[in-house]
Amino acid sequence: MASLIACPHCGPRPKEEFTVKGDAAIARPAADAGEDAWYAYVYLRDNPRGRHKEYWHHTSGCRRWLVVERDTVTHVVYAVLDASAQGETA
Amino acid sequence: MSSFRLSKGGRIDRAKPLDFTFDGKPMQGFAGDTLASALLANGRQLVGRSFKYHRPRGILTAGAAEPNALVTIGEGGRTEANTRATLVELYSGLKAKSQNRWPSVDFDLGAVNSLLSPFLGAGFYYKTFMWPAAFWEKVYEPIIRKAAGLGRATYEPDPDTYEKCWTHCDLLVIGAGPAGLAAALTAGRAGARVILADEGFEPGGSLLAETAAIGEKAAAVLLEETLAELASLANVRIFSRTTVFGWYDGNVFGAVESVQKNTAAIDPNRPVERLWRLAARHAILASGAEERPLVFGGNDIPGVMMAGAMRSYLNRQAIAPGKRTVVFTNDESGYRTATDLEAAGLEVAAIVDSRVGAPSSWAGRAPVFPGAVVQDAKGGKALTGVTMIKGGALETIKADALAMSGGWSPIIHLACHRGARPVWSDAKAAFVAPQTQDGLTIAGSAAGVGALEACLADGAEKAGNVLPSLGFSSAAAAFTPAVDTATVAKPLWCVRGAKGKAFVDYQNDVHLKDLRLAVSEGYGHVELAKRYTTNGMATDQGKLSNVNAIGILAEARKVSPADVGTTTFRPFYTPLSFGALTGASKGKHFQPVRKSPLHDWARKNGAVFVETGLWYRSSWFPKAGETTWRDSVDREVLNVRKNAGICDVSTLGKIEIFGKDAAEFLNRIYCNAFLKLPVGKARYGLMLREDGMIYDDGTTSRLSENHFFMTTTTAYAAGVMNHLEFCAQALWPDLDVQFASSTDQWAQIAVAGPKSRTILQALVDEDICEVAFPFLGAKEVSLFGGKLTGRLFRISFSGELAYELAVPAGYGEAVADAIMQAGSPHGICPYGVEALGVMRIEKGHVTHSEINGTVTPADLGFAKMVSTTKPDFIGKAMLSRDGMVAQDRLSLVGVKPLDPATTFRTGSHILSEAATPSLENDQGYVTSSCFSPNLGSTIGLALVKHGPKRHGEQVTVWNDLKNEYTKAVLCSPVFFDPENEKLHG
Ligand SMILES: [Zn+2]
Repeated sequence: MASLIACPHCGPRPKEEFTVKGDAAIARPAADAGEDAWYAYVYLRDNPRGRHKEYWHHTSGCRRWLVVERDTVTHVVYAVLDASAQGETA
Repeated sequence: MSSFRLSKGGRIDRAKPLDFTFDGKPMQGFAGDTLASALLANGRQLVGRSFKYHRPRGILTAGAAEPNALVTIGEGGRTEANTRATLVELYSGLKAKSQNRWPSVDFDLGAVNSLLSPFLGAGFYYKTFMWPAAFWEKVYEPIIRKAAGLGRATYEPDPDTYEKCWTHCDLLVIGAGPAGLAAALTAGRAGARVILADEGFEPGGSLLAETAAIGEKAAAVLLEETLAELASLANVRIFSRTTVFGWYDGNVFGAVESVQKNTAAIDPNRPVERLWRLAARHAILASGAEERPLVFGGNDIPGVMMAGAMRSYLNRQAIAPGKRTVVFTNDESGYRTATDLEAAGLEVAAIVDSRVGAPSSWAGRAPVFPGAVVQDAKGGKALTGVTMIKGGALETIKADALAMSGGWSPIIHLACHRGARPVWSDAKAAFVAPQTQDGLTIAGSAAGVGALEACLADGAEKAGNVLPSLGFSSAAAAFTPAVDTATVAKPLWCVRGAKGKAFVDYQNDVHLKDLRLAVSEGYGHVELAKRYTTNGMATDQGKLSNVNAIGILAEARKVSPADVGTTTFRPFYTPLSFGALTGASKGKHFQPVRKSPLHDWARKNGAVFVETGLWYRSSWFPKAGETTWRDSVDREVLNVRKNAGICDVSTLGKIEIFGKDAAEFLNRIYCNAFLKLPVGKARYGLMLREDGMIYDDGTTSRLSENHFFMTTTTAYAAGVMNHLEFCAQALWPDLDVQFASSTDQWAQIAVAGPKSRTILQALVDEDICEVAFPFLGAKEVSLFGGKLTGRLFRISFSGELAYELAVPAGYGEAVADAIMQAGSPHGICPYGVEALGVMRIEKGHVTHSEINGTVTPADLGFAKMVSTTKPDFIGKAMLSRDGMVAQDRLSLVGVKPLDPATTFRTGSHILSEAATPSLENDQGYVTSSCFSPNLGSTIGLALVKHGPKRHGEQVTVWNDLKNEYTKAVLCSPVFFDPENEKLHG
């Protein structure tokens, strides 16, 4: 993973300030979406080679949750967005 | 004595003699010496014994690649094993010891291993000791460990301090040799923020030992002028004694700076080493090139040295390598060494040049033998001569020093740390790295440039090329372009027909036959050969040996080195001390300590503390005459239930929640309802994970319409905060809700027991009677006649009439004192988390001992708390899955021994009464247990299959670790006051 993450609020900061949560490409299903949708949301994860979106929390910084799009092979970070803004650009 | 100090010359300061010892023997060097050069000046060429065969070994190089001169520096906690003498800056009082020898480096009994060498060849670990298996552990390994190996680490703590820091620059230049200096100067003149890092104690690289002139200017003068100009530029920082050891993502480089490794008088207020993380917008790698040894018989006999290293010792430290030197070369480097030796008045006996068309430009006295090779070096602990083969004829030449040069390999380690692979270049007869990568450019001899002028020009040009992309106008390059006049010869990978062992990897004692054996036995692939022979696996990571090994494998397999390829380069470039990696994180600074605002209050009341995570919590408060912790805990429990007690609960997580959607948010976070919690009320809440298991619990109070106050368990405070933020920001960003952690801002005090109301009323201005402030009341209160405002909660973990009072942290101790004073006539006592634990088990209240990540609300008897009407909350969807509602899920019960005189432990398993222990018969396990002074017996909480239906059933509590079987009975988890009569006082 990258040594630095460019937080949209704080600028480039060392990765030690952040906490990763996991796949940000999956959306929380509606409460009545059914067992399969919920099973997939809670348990199933892709492990892609290449571009990948992940939730990262700027725990020791602004405490915002971010969506980091990075390459799992080259570690290049393509984009960092505030998690609340991801719906607007996805 | 084969080496000595010349009477003049060199960069040493003869006015500053430095005393040091080697194996206890006093010696003297000068400022400007390395330990290696000082040893050579004292005639000490033999400095160690080899890893496997215990062969005598001398100083081979003058730099980071040194495989032989590994010594132990320092004493006691400052002992540093496997230190390369070639990189140690000499200082007064330095104590160095040789390694891997017994009883002495001159007379080593381990050398008998040389006689066993037929059994110690490639793959010997795998072959010799295959069978019987037990012999490996009991016989072979101890013998090998005793006989082989290098230095010994100390068991004493390191008394010194280390630190870590970050810094940033536009251009990082790695290596302060010709190319690096030129790059730094060009970028510095253009105004870029430059860091020039070099592992040596003096910047200059090869210029420090260079006798040639660049144009009209002597190398030393050029170096002095360049350093002076760099020093005058405020935007240029020179980091000497700093090894850049790794290239990481985001163009961050790791470097270690030696701050006080060059002194015996260590200032305890400064670190000895500093670990840098350098964030560079761009970097120029000017790490130079490594001269390759030649592989011939006896090429490890003390007195054999790299030609460039010999020249460096001669010109920097005025060291004569011997009285009569033979040069064996297939490169121009050997001639440069020969020239300087003759200029210093030293005899060069012969220049053995393996190239058939030897250069005609040699104008020195020594005879040149073109097309000849040294087949064997002769001697034991010191070189006595060589045998040369020329045109099939064998000739012996007497010599006490041998300079060898097999050509140069660019040092591309760092350039390959992020996935780039080295590529074989026939033109340069070397492995080269991609010349430019994103964020990194290679310059000078690291890029395969040969001649000195060309290196200077290349460094300047590469810096000039990168400046525009960094926003600096490309100033004129510091050095003018130059043609690379260096020629590249076909490599000579090894000499045929050697009689003695021809070493490839000196440090791991891998010789030519080992590699050939690896190929013939099918381990010719570079990665296999490495592991089969251990070539390149020592602390030097094959800096000298890898390229030769690849060439030898290629020849044996009859392919090009390009087809063999290289093994993978990984950080660190050179070994790093654990101290530097640890930094300040040791001892009491290993992790932060969290102390409650009531810590001092608890201490002055005699608390015994327990570490829970980072927190120090008061466990119990022993009184005079109490001999065991149980005495204290039993007394505290009985007193709380009879009179009153005061307990520090400040460590519980506290989160202020604001916003007009705060109630809606909490309603989605907790599995029970929170939307309609009235202002002034507290409610117990269960927070689930999305998979339906309980995550955490606690009380949350509504202090005003849009302000809630949440408490979490101590351990999960940070996790819950992250979770709330995730839900608010990522899941429901449309909700208006904000959070602030206030754990450290409040001192929170539980006052419990039948007399708690009377005691607290003495402090609280408002009426707190049962009617005015009933169970689960929560409100701001005035204290001490309006002097202070706090928050009062009518909640109870002990089952007694109880309150929790929160006051601003700074007032905590004074308020606790006031409560103790008001409570004194009523028999109040302080109690700790142990008594708290006993009382909660007596009441069947759960903690994270029960909330262990595998339990649903129903498992703990909270089924009715789970809302069936809320449209959504975290965990709702998964709660209805088959496995989550299965009838035989482990569920909460109480358990107590049939005979109160017997006991059981937490973690023990529950078996049906007559069942034998087995996985099939396992009914569950004890999650919490304690001695209840109120019941006069051990009691426990347990998770048991069909638990609530089995109250009254006799079982066996089984602990296999202690071989304990206790007859017990399952019961209600509420052992004490099941009707909750005491709760209301
Ligand atoms: Zn941030």
